[in-house]
Parts: sequence; structure tokens; C-alpha cells
Amino acid sequence: MIYLIVAIVVVLTAVYISWRAGRLDRLHIRLELAAEALEAALTRRRAVVLELAGSRLLDPATSLVLAAAAHEARTAGPDEREHAESNLSQALRAALEQERFREKLAESPGGSDLVEELDAAIAKVVYSRSFYNNAVSVTRVAQRRWLARTLRLAGKTDFPQFFEIDDTPPESMSKE
Amino acid sequence: MRVGIVCPYSWDMPGGVKQHIDDLTQALIAQGHDVSVIAPASDDDELPPYVTGAGRAVPVPYNGSVARMSFGFLSAARVRRWINEGDFDVLHIHEPLIPSLGVLACWAASGPIVATFHASFNRSRAIAIAEPLLRSALEKLHGRIAVSDAARTSLVEQFGGDTVLIPNGVTVSRFAEAEPLDGWGPDGTTLGFLGRMDEPRKGLPILLEAMERIPDAKLLIAGPGEVKIPKSIRDRVTLLGMVSEADKIRAYHSVDVFVAPNTGGESFGIVLAEAMSSGATVLASDIPAFRRVLGEGQAGALFRNGDPESLAEEARALLADPERRAKLSAEALVAVRKYDWSTVARDVVRVYETVTAGAGRVVEDL
Repeated sequence: MIYLIVAIVVVLTAVYISWRAGRLDRLHIRLELAAEALEAALTRRRAVVLELAGSRLLDPATSLVLAAAAHEARTAGPDEREHAESNLSQALRAALEQERFREKLAESPGGSDLVEELDAAIAKVVYSRSFYNNAVSVTRVAQRRWLARTLRLAGKTDFPQFFEIDDTPPESMSKE
Repeated sequence: MRVGIVCPYSWDMPGGVKQHIDDLTQALIAQGHDVSVIAPASDDDELPPYVTGAGRAVPVPYNGSVARMSFGFLSAARVRRWINEGDFDVLHIHEPLIPSLGVLACWAASGPIVATFHASFNRSRAIAIAEPLLRSALEKLHGRIAVSDAARTSLVEQFGGDTVLIPNGVTVSRFAEAEPLDGWGPDGTTLGFLGRMDEPRKGLPILLEAMERIPDAKLLIAGPGEVKIPKSIRDRVTLLGMVSEADKIRAYHSVDVFVAPNTGGESFGIVLAEAMSSGATVLASDIPAFRRVLGEGQAGALFRNGDPESLAEEARALLADPERRAKLSAEALVAVRKYDWSTVARDVVRVYETVTAGAGRVVEDL
């Protein structure tokens, strides 16, 4: 009888641990996907900004501001990335919040497509960052659990870090 | 993109969440996406071609009101089959904290899942007890959308994490033109109310109390439910009961001032945006969601939430001032444009694209 009880307890414990491990594994997959999506969104935003800056649709000063910020963001080392991407958001706000900026840009050939692309790129940075940070916080909680720590369920995965930048979109975006 | 959308509330009852899903679906289809919706509905209900019924809905009290939802083995099996057969790129669950199809879908699927949170909720015992369960469902969401700051705040306070904000949409053009209802019309004395009459959070009792202090005003009420009208104002109040979509739009065009006395729990107030699209002047309680939609009073008048005296005072002032009404209604037409569904659906697609990049399709979770 006692063996039976022990056996049941062992089986239940094993099931529970494997369920926990499976859950943590799924969270790691989600986190990885979210990190990739964030990376893709940032890359895309830099690319669209560089294209806009080089398009000759803007005045030279605005072009220079945008190109410089995008370039800084692209070449920033791991420690400066958050700062550089925040600066890019700020430069974008300064450019796009100019009086009638959108209307003027939309009048030029190819301009409205670029505006649309830029809007999408800016929005996707906001979305992907939110989803990534959300995945980070959930994963952190799961990794910190007593069971996960004791049995090292997370394996060699690093403790995930939040990505904190200023990604406030330009005012005009919400007023279309 | 193949999109599967999960609706928690019965398809045959009008309601904000259901309307949101229907409009979103139509906007997505118009943009060339392939959309399938699953919703509680009986097998013999007339459903649009893009809706799959998940079984009969049962009225259940939850979060302070009664909603028609479906759950149980039959619904769970149907949700599973729908996920299997749908072969979706992304699954979009609405109100995953409501004990209905959303929770079932969260349970049955894995892959890119997005959820939209509509209602704001207070820390309740029920949610506290169910928290570990809900938490494991929330873990599966790759993207979270809130339709209002209120909905976002209550979600983040309760469960933490981060959530993007995409407000509700309204098909502005559908409300622009309509004939007033027969025998009605904006004549400088007509107030309007739309919503469930027996749902305390919609605030009808406050409006009825205020009516006694707004002499000469008429009140047109549309919406399901029952309510007791005080004798003293009975001759000035008209009940339409539940109205068709077309009559609802005509009702908006039949009033001078549309009153939204909601006391809270409201995340956005689709009726507010609809009234604004119809060109009615709006008078709303000053709950945060309404203050935001009305631009802090720029696009509609506000009164102190829950205060019939304040409501009456504002209503009297508005009825006496056609110029101010015209100005507010013009402002409202501009303010409501950013809530048009085409704009909203575009943002939702951006969320889909964010979560599906690099991820596989939605598959059944065994």
C-alpha cells in the first residue's frame, strides 16, 4: 500500500514538474519570437527613416536630422541602443510634428506610400516593444519560481531584460 | 492573412463587444483578409457567413451584470474543431477573462494569439480566486490590446505586464445620414438615451431622476430591458424597447441632446461615438473614458458622474443654446474621425503582423 502511495506521489510530482517545465519552455519560445519581432520592427523603422531622409522629398535640414538619428541608432553598441532608439523617436516627432508636414509629403510623388510605411513602422515599434516587455515580465516571474530555480528548469537561458525606450509616436499620427 | 476571432457573448444580442467584433471583421474583410468568427449562437440562429456558432448561450451574472455566454464540453469541443479546421495565421480572442469562449480558445490553442480587453474590472474576489487559472491563459497571449486606458489600467494593475491601446472603432459613414423616427425630430426639447434599461451601470435611473428637473423636455429611450418610469414624468418619456440597427441610427437623428449617464465600468462607450457620428450633441457623465473621447468637453458636454442635479443643469443649458449645440456637434464629427473602423482595423493588422512574424500558425494545444 505504502509503495502505491509513494508511486502515485512520484508520478504526480513528475507530471507537475514536466507541466511547469513545458510552460516555461513555451514562455521562452514566446520571448524569443517577441525579441525577434522587436528587432525586426526597429530595423524596419530605421530603414524607412533612412529612405525618407534620402528621398529628396524633405528639406535638407529635416533630412539631416532624421538620417543622423537613424544612423546613430543603427551603429549604437548594446549599451547605447535604448538611448539611440529613443533619440530616433524624438527626431521623428520633431520632423513629423511640423506644420502640415504630412500633407506636404503626401503631395509629392511616392510621398503618401512613404508616410503610410512610416506610420506602420512607428506603430509596430510600439506594439512589438509592448509585447516583448510583457513576455519579459511573465518569463521573469516564471523563472524566479522556487521550483524553476531549484531544478534549473530554465537551463542556461539568461534572465531576460526589459527594453526601455521612448517610443511615443508623433502627435499627428493619432489625428489622421 | 487568415484570422480567427473569438466572441464571448451571444451573437443574437446587441452589445458593445459583439458590435466591435462584427465591425472589425467587416473592416478586415474589406481589406482583403480571410476572417472567421466563433460566437455563442444556437444552431438555428441566422448567422452571417463568417460566423460559426459554438452552441446556445446561457445568461450568467458576471462582473456586475448579466451576459449571455457559452461554456461547457460541447462549446469546448466546437472551439477545438474550429481552431483545427480554421488553420489560422493568428487567433484574436476578445475578453479572455470572461468565462466564455475566450477562455476555452486560450486553453485549446497555441501559436500567435492576440487578445483584446474591453471592460475595465475592479479587483473582485472571483478574479482573485481564478487568478492562477487566468494567469496561465494570459501567458499564452503574444499580444495584448486594450480598447481604453481604463481597461488597460485594470488589466495591468491586476496582472502586470504591458498592453497596447487601440481604441474602439465606429463606422462613421453609416451614421451620417438618416431620417428621424416618425413623429420625432430635433426640435430643441428632445433628449435621447440608448442602452440596456435595467443595467444599473448604464445610468438610466440618474437620467430619469434628472428629467423631473428638466421641465418641458421629452425623453426618447431605446434599448432592451425593463424599467419603471416615475408617474410624474411618464407623459414625457417614450420607450422604444429594443430597436433595429436602422432605427437606432434614426433615433440618434431624432434627438437634440444624446445623454450617456453611465456610472463606470464602461471602457469606451461605442454609443457615444455613434451619437457623435450622427451629429447629435452629446451630454455624458465625466467618467475617464468619456472625458477622453469628448476631448475633456471640447466635443460634448460633461456632467458630474452620478449627479442628477448636475445632469439636469447641463441639459437645460444645452437645450436653451442651439448655437453651442451646433458647435459641439461639429467638434464631435471631427473628434470621432480617429475612431473610424478603417483606422482602427489598420492598427489591429499591424498587431497581427507583429505577432505572426517568424511564428508558425495557430495549432491545437493538446
